[in-house]
Amino acid sequence: MITIKFFASLKTIAEMEEKIIEVSNSISMDQLSEIISKTSPKMGEFIREKKVMISVNEEMADSDTIIHDGDEVAFLPPFSGGS
Amino acid sequence: MSTTTDSKVRIQLEDFSVTDEIEVMKKVSRNIGGITTFLGTGRELSKGENITQLNFEHYPKMAEKKLEEIRLKAIKDYGIIDMSIIHRIGPIEIGENIVLIVAVGEHRKETFVACEWAIAELKRTTPIWKRETTSSGEVWVQDTP
Repeated sequence: MITIKFFASLKTIAEMEEKIIEVSNSISMDQLSEIISKTSPKMGEFIREKKVMISVNEEMADSDTIIHDGDEVAFLPPFSGGS
Repeated sequence: MSTTTDSKVRIQLEDFSVTDEIEVMKKVSRNIGGITTFLGTGRELSKGENITQLNFEHYPKMAEKKLEEIRLKAIKDYGIIDMSIIHRIGPIEIGENIVLIVAVGEHRKETFVACEWAIAELKRTTPIWKRETTSSGEVWVQDTP
């Protein structure tokens, strides 16, 4: 099971806050973007075009990161904390 | 969401007292000779539009982890004695407190530098997002001036 989270503006683009997918093996970020594209083509496009940052298990990741069963993947738009 | 008031890194819905937070940090060491604070507050004007409300969202656990990393690196790299970082989330009215950084050290110089570095690093690395409400509607802010 992989938990996928979307934050801030990406919740609107993905049309969801969280998605859980079942996997039998580890998958690549490309494979994950294909899965997401099936329900949210626009979000898949954002991932492929690297318009979003990605974290895996709360650490920053990139398009080469392999995702394992049990991981939590989050898609993060540019940060705007502070004031 | 972390709401423990004894933690030096907190993300919370409720407002904080700048005076109380400084007093907490003054008790960290008898060698403190300088304290620098940065207080970020809700600004009314953004890109020529009047903001009626702000709303902050964060990635729980990861945001707190990033703030703690900033605190520890500030202590290590700038030689300050300690630092606290508090960031509010949820709806925030114009003029209200958003973020507070308190850097305490033996001398003023390192606390100024550490405080300025910490707020820039927070904006760069911490998964917190701001949504502004104006008469035109709501928009997620994508840049960090």
